[in-house]
Amino acid sequence: MLRLEKRPSPSRFWQGATPVLAVVLTMIAGGLMFAALGKNPFEAIRTIFWDPLFNAQFASYSRPQLLVKAGPLILIAIGLSLGFRAGIWNIGAEGQYIMGALFGAGVGLAFYPADHWFIFPLMVVAGAFGGWIWAMIPAVLKTKFNTNEILVSLLMVYIAQNFLSSMSLGLLRNPEGGGFPGSRNLSQYPAASNPELIAGTGLHWGVIAAFMAVIAAYILLQRHILGFHIKLAGQAPRAARYAGVNPTGLVVLCMGISGALAGLAGLFEVSGPAGQISIDFNVGYGFTAIIVAFLGRLNPIGILLAGLLMALTYIGGELAQFMLGLPAAAIQAFQGMLLFFLLAVDLLSNYRIRFATKKEAL
Amino acid sequence: MNRRTLLATAALGLGLAFGTAASAQGMDKVKACFVYVGPIGDLGWTYQHHQGALAVQEEFGDKVEIAYQENVPEGADAERVLTQMALSGCNIIFTTSFGYMDPTNNVAAKFPDIKFEHATGYKREHPNVSTYNARFYEGRAVQGHIAGKMTKTNKIGYIGSFPIPEVVMGINSYYLHAKKVNPDVELSVVWAFTWFDPAKEADSAKALIDQGVDVIAAHTDSTAPLAEAAKTNGAVIGFGQASDMADYKPSPRVASIIDNWNPYYIKRVGALLDGTYEQIDSWAGIPEGEVEIGEITDAVPADVKAEAEAMRDAIAAGSYHPFTGPINKQDGSAWLAEGAVAPDGDLLGMNFFVEGITGDIPK
Amino acid sequence: MFGGIDPALLISALMVASVPIILAAIGELVVERAGVLNLGVEGMMIMGAVCGFIVSVQSGSAVLGFVGGALGGAAMALIFGVLTQFLLANQVASGLALTLFGLGLSSLMGQSFVGIRPPATGAVPFGPLADIPFFGRVLFSHDWVVYLSIASVAATWWMLKATRTGLILRAVGESHDAAHALGYKVRRIRMLAILFGGAMAGLGGAYISMVRVPQWTDGITSGAGWIALAIVVFAAWRPWRALVGAYLFGGISVLQLNLQAAGARIPVEYLSMSPYLITILVLVIMSSGKGKAALNAPASLGQNFHASR
Repeated sequence: MLRLEKRPSPSRFWQGATPVLAVVLTMIAGGLMFAALGKNPFEAIRTIFWDPLFNAQFASYSRPQLLVKAGPLILIAIGLSLGFRAGIWNIGAEGQYIMGALFGAGVGLAFYPADHWFIFPLMVVAGAFGGWIWAMIPAVLKTKFNTNEILVSLLMVYIAQNFLSSMSLGLLRNPEGGGFPGSRNLSQYPAASNPELIAGTGLHWGVIAAFMAVIAAYILLQRHILGFHIKLAGQAPRAARYAGVNPTGLVVLCMGISGALAGLAGLFEVSGPAGQISIDFNVGYGFTAIIVAFLGRLNPIGILLAGLLMALTYIGGELAQFMLGLPAAAIQAFQGMLLFFLLAVDLLSNYRIRFATKKEAL
Repeated sequence: MNRRTLLATAALGLGLAFGTAASAQGMDKVKACFVYVGPIGDLGWTYQHHQGALAVQEEFGDKVEIAYQENVPEGADAERVLTQMALSGCNIIFTTSFGYMDPTNNVAAKFPDIKFEHATGYKREHPNVSTYNARFYEGRAVQGHIAGKMTKTNKIGYIGSFPIPEVVMGINSYYLHAKKVNPDVELSVVWAFTWFDPAKEADSAKALIDQGVDVIAAHTDSTAPLAEAAKTNGAVIGFGQASDMADYKPSPRVASIIDNWNPYYIKRVGALLDGTYEQIDSWAGIPEGEVEIGEITDAVPADVKAEAEAMRDAIAAGSYHPFTGPINKQDGSAWLAEGAVAPDGDLLGMNFFVEGITGDIPK
Repeated sequence: MFGGIDPALLISALMVASVPIILAAIGELVVERAGVLNLGVEGMMIMGAVCGFIVSVQSGSAVLGFVGGALGGAAMALIFGVLTQFLLANQVASGLALTLFGLGLSSLMGQSFVGIRPPATGAVPFGPLADIPFFGRVLFSHDWVVYLSIASVAATWWMLKATRTGLILRAVGESHDAAHALGYKVRRIRMLAILFGGAMAGLGGAYISMVRVPQWTDGITSGAGWIALAIVVFAAWRPWRALVGAYLFGGISVLQLNLQAAGARIPVEYLSMSPYLITILVLVIMSSGKGKAALNAPASLGQNFHASR
């Protein structure tokens, strides 16, 4: 009989090897699914994983698009990972993302059509503030009333969604839009837009912010006393208290950082790639980022790679739908499988598998 | 096709395939691509566009290649999908939802040699962008007539999606023609604020039925309102929307409006093949076969059926316009004088109910 | 009568509209009481919706359809259970992955079933009882799943409160280490709770595709699973409150459509966000009272258990 034994510290070898193993397993299982759908599995896998990066026809466009798609995922996931490490569970990033976009776009649209250099920076501040304030609600409720932050932050997502539809039908609706729900297009209002900075690179301010967040989080966790406190609070809450960590402060700080980063992601998305506030502006980045944070093992570099991998399956999946006629649903199921396998094989880096000599009850 | 050329042109962000450069010369083979907002299995809006794509394939056989992508969210993802389609060698791209308006125009700017066709929008910022829509209000007139004749409670209902001119136009047309044959008729409008959410559409239909409504028209895409009406064992009737929804024949589905994009898609791809393609803004209806009235079933008395069909034929012949004066606005002010026909501009920006409808358009 | 709305019709409509979320919420409530947080309710519901639909269409039997729906939901829960209980994967991430996977897989499975009508789920014949004014319409005019959903609330309440099974379940949810030390098989108990939760979510999903909408279309559950999650919290993990919560959520959406149909002018978005605000308020009041005990949240919620020996 097999038995699990917890490793004293996660295995370095398996931490590197498990993602590769998971991708291989997904390719096998996904290939079987594609074959069952009557498609050539090798072609499908190649289209998803290879073509966005190296196909002569698309890659020059798809490669930068990876950054566009991964940018918000990484930015949000970095913020979430700090809280997760400290045992503070903000799963409402989707709502904070929406509120960041609403605040930011609202500020930008308030100036329309004026042209000042300070409009975009002000929007950035407003976006971060929108996400921060939305995260502060569960944070304050937790510190003052001991309410569970998982649940409150999740509930705040629904409220944000209702705000979003109210705003896109009402206050922020484009007066020249023929009555259609949705705001003015910010990409056509230069003072408030977040364009591609260097043509053909996909690089916009959101991507740059994501990279900066990765570096900052890395330094924080490796070098700074605060990073040490965060890790300590997650691993040994009682020890953390003796070490002088203020739990209330930590909750407010971690929720605040993650909310502000999610709000920033929303602002950069609405002023850049999405262009406008609309009823279905949010496409689930806030939830996907939770998965990205875990796939990256809450490690900044890991999150960077996990975000890029997720983006690859999105973009490769789009190509596969369109080139091979694979149904969109097959791609969704494929992504689900990839996550299952990544989560499953993670066991190998934290536990040792032993063959028990005598039968033991688990 | 030459791979190297493709790479070079793609990198420059320019168009593809030299054959397309001069559309006046026609083409030997066209790759026609479609972007859908929903799944092709929605049996409504997207399903009908996909039927159009299949009709193009059927019509031209080897001379066209069809590619499509379903469930494309409006916004950032749409722009990427469109660009990837353009890079893959599509010659003409149909974008079949209003929300693709800005992405379509943005991508069209980068690929001047590729034709873009945007459904239901109004922006044509570049010479290679055309727009097309259908005069669904013509079908609503026929439905309104049937509704006015068939209602026993004198209460008819309409499930609105979003308060946009397209929908307001349909509500007005439906109400005017019901009122014409039944002066006592009252209209209840429920705004579902969705195009497609079966559970919510079913709830909306149920709310209307609970209010005593016995004829329901829907501007949302699923068959859920009909399924809800079916539970009343014939007491409540409704209409197929976007697609025929023939499964609910003969009742509760007594007639339907079918979006038939086939003629338009065949015409446009054909024009690209023979070199007569031009930028247009198309708004066709029953006369051109873009809006069809599905079979009126035996649940409708023969005389009502005959009147409805006569109205359809009059619209088809161009002898009747559903918005013919005198018509007043909801507040009692005059809109159309006796015998005047609504100008297209008024219809496309319609943001008022006609006289007799109670309730406001949500702002 | 208020605003031209018949209360009997309104109440009977909201009872039907709330069935899917009650079933799913009761399932999730048991799962969370066992200390497991499964955020994949939406994925399990939609798999229940598609499996129930396929089975009922193929077999021509609505009852078999509901069985199929429950099995479909439980099969999804099994994936979650194996991941979290045996492979010790993170519960939040696994639940989210489950939703993603379920949405995709259900759409693949349902492709050839679009546009078909399922067999009818009949109303329970109460004979003359259904003709009693008001109460006849409200209490005696529904199909059997409506009564099943209420019975499941009662049964769960009784099970948690009065049985040994309930006691063990709660013990596992409060402190898995203590439960383990007492000799309970934490993993097996949690696994069973997870499977139960999946089956209930599957039933709820099947009710949507077979009764409420009766048809299969992609994404038919459209967020009902997330609402079920919110209701569990609103209910403070107590079954009867879950019923109240589901009626509140179902009631507000039905009420706003009815108000519109009756011609009342209302701000739709603010009305539909009110249940969430009320839930947060309820949470605050309960948790600020007498510390965490009053909140009733299972202490081990969301934490994985590994018997170190």
